Amino acid sequence: MSLLAVDDLSLAIHGTPILERVSLALAPGQTLGVVGESGSGKSLTAMAVMGLLPAGARTSGAIRFDGRDLLALPEPEMCRIRGARIGMIFQEPMTALNPVQTIGDQVAETLVIHGAALRHEAARIAADRLARVGLPPDRFPLSRYPHELSGGQRQRVCIAMAVALRPALLIADEPTTALDVTTQAQILALLKSLVTEERMALMLITHDLAVVAGMTDRVAVMREGRVVEEDATGPLFRAMRHPYTRQLFAASDHRPARRPLPAGSPLLEVERASCDYALPRVRLFARRPRFRAVRDVSLSLRTGESLGLVGESGCGKSTLTRAILGLDALAEGAIRLNGAPVGPRMPGSLRAQVQVVFQDPYGSFNPRHRVARLVAEPFHLLPDPPRGAARTRAVAEALEAVGLTAADMAKFPHEFSGGQRQRIAIARALIIRPKLIVLDEAVSALDVSVRARILDLLAGLQARFGLSYLFISHDLGVVRAVTDRVLVMQAGRIVEEGPTERVFDAPEHPYTRALLAATPRIPDHLRPSTGAAHAT
Amino acid sequence: MRSLPRSLLIGGALAGVFFLAAALSFVWTPHSVDTLAIASRLQAPSPAHPLGTDHLGRDILSMIMVGARTSIAVAVVAVGMGIALGVPLGLIAAARRGSLIDEVIMRGNDLVFAFPALVIAILITAVFGPSALNAILAIGIFNTPVFARVTRGAALSLWTLDYIRAARVAGKGAARISVEHILPNIANLLIVQGTIQFSLGILAEAGLSYLGLGAQPPTPSWGRMLADAQTMVALAPHMALFPGLAIVLTVLGLNLMGDGLRDLLDPRLRRAR
Repeated sequence: MSLLAVDDLSLAIHGTPILERVSLALAPGQTLGVVGESGSGKSLTAMAVMGLLPAGARTSGAIRFDGRDLLALPEPEMCRIRGARIGMIFQEPMTALNPVQTIGDQVAETLVIHGAALRHEAARIAADRLARVGLPPDRFPLSRYPHELSGGQRQRVCIAMAVALRPALLIADEPTTALDVTTQAQILALLKSLVTEERMALMLITHDLAVVAGMTDRVAVMREGRVVEEDATGPLFRAMRHPYTRQLFAASDHRPARRPLPAGSPLLEVERASCDYALPRVRLFARRPRFRAVRDVSLSLRTGESLGLVGESGCGKSTLTRAILGLDALAEGAIRLNGAPVGPRMPGSLRAQVQVVFQDPYGSFNPRHRVARLVAEPFHLLPDPPRGAARTRAVAEALEAVGLTAADMAKFPHEFSGGQRQRIAIARALIIRPKLIVLDEAVSALDVSVRARILDLLAGLQARFGLSYLFISHDLGVVRAVTDRVLVMQAGRIVEEGPTERVFDAPEHPYTRALLAATPRIPDHLRPSTGAAHAT
Repeated sequence: MRSLPRSLLIGGALAGVFFLAAALSFVWTPHSVDTLAIASRLQAPSPAHPLGTDHLGRDILSMIMVGARTSIAVAVVAVGMGIALGVPLGLIAAARRGSLIDEVIMRGNDLVFAFPALVIAILITAVFGPSALNAILAIGIFNTPVFARVTRGAALSLWTLDYIRAARVAGKGAARISVEHILPNIANLLIVQGTIQFSLGILAEAGLSYLGLGAQPPTPSWGRMLADAQTMVALAPHMALFPGLAIVLTVLGLNLMGDGLRDLLDPRLRRAR
């Protein structure tokens, strides 16, 4: 008999239908992957199970857990189940912990609230649980605060809290999306071992098919509030009966058609560059210590080339990006664009040759400006910017080049979806016809199908305008799909450099090998025959 | 159209009554506030004098109406001065965060904050002589660091956003970014803070006038009406009651209005409703 059975669950919030007749089942000790893009309702399904739906939510159907219908339970009953019988892990370990409480107290709190232990016993059990998730008390005493831990370690604390009372069901909502690939691999391995050793059932919610393929017994694919396909993992991947599953699969592996341009002259040259930034003072009036984020980095990028820069968070790639954009000064070395030195004081005419697209499609625009004004912002760099009708025409052209329409000019950024906003950001970068566009994690926040379309757009624009791209990302799959050459960065240094295919097929540096090994991929025996995958 | 927060409606109505009374006093008051009528002094509220008369026979309702003018004028100019000085200082400090200029501005702020506002106001009026102008100056100086703080704090969080970086990549300088991108996005915070400072300004003006350091006779002022009433509380309690009520209700109204504006303008709260 199943531990959790969601039967015909429908959900509407303030009258807007969110979920429609969702049915899922999970047996004790089993792992269920719930896969879908943003807005598919996968997180709200989990929230419904936890009884944490927002105000104004109306449900129908049933969520049976241990034979009881959770939807019918009063709140005090739910409180007894939450944390004790069902544990949950969230996406963002940075905000899931209380910053002013020690990790020991936070894990012990779950135990004390549920009356499972008194305070002093709770501390002992908390230490035990933290050790179980890989934070042994001799190296990570209970008195540590969340800010003293890395993202991966914090996620381990969240897991320790969730499994403190050995719940029968653990719900993990995108538990590794905010983490680096090597950390992701460790957290996934930890979840896997918890499931097998403690016979816990796991509901793993993710957008990443590859994560699900290696982790779960069953998979449910969700789209627009419905489960479109649900089956055991093996048969589901091999057959991919539903077109949406195939589409998702194709998009996650998507490679835009690129015609390699003839390598031109060197456009961007970075020569033995080092960057520092100041840390907070340790004492009043003490000199602020400086941290060297980029050490002795050299690279060159030719006209028409796509260069990838990969590395995990904290490796210095963002600091290097700021220096290349001429926002921050170098501590040592030099950066040249078309032979001219790059720096905070470089003239507008030089600045106009390099533009940027950022990761977050929501933070990239002043919310109070209309699209016309946002896209036209780089015109500030031209000594004689077009005005009136010519300006409008230029904005319209840029919007049309990225697949939007001239009518979008009068709208505000909040009227667009994430993918459309990223198109607006590309239009803003394009409008003054730069030679180099820096793509700083430009597709990382997008759903796979949207990401595939943006990558196609970027490839098309490169061919049309002869652009060069510096593609900065932590996502090796994307970098492999769209770059000619790749640099691997670790702790401020470039550890490996070479043609993309060569670096990915035969990595030389141990770090590159570790990165590639940690990247989740769909095992070959689960891949459908080629015909089925590309049928759409 | 979404409904307005209730505190904004109540606060706006309360403050609005006094603003209207002040405006009306320019063209009409029930009685003249300049002529004395010793014969009808210390009268209790009656149809002729709805709020009674004071020790010189002046109509208290008319005094409160004209006094509202003084209070509002002092508070408006003082808050305006605080914004005019504090906001640019805060924007500069945020644009040059971590630099010497930031330190100088913010430590200067701390210095002004470190003195009890009323004591310095007394000092200023003691040195330059009591007058409404000096009261404005004193209150304005103490509004400046409040606005500088709020502006810097809000601007700092904006400076880390991608659209500011995009503007820098578009070659815009700190001054232009501050005016074009930062200021419009912190305006709502400043409006809310302005409302609250406005009510504090009214309180401060009343306090200074009460001590005889604000507007000078014969200009009516709520604070001085209270001071005059002090010795007569046993004889004519209405003389203290009504100006006191006027101060309390105006300040309450403005604070409620600030709360309501915050709910209305804060996008985070807006989404939650």
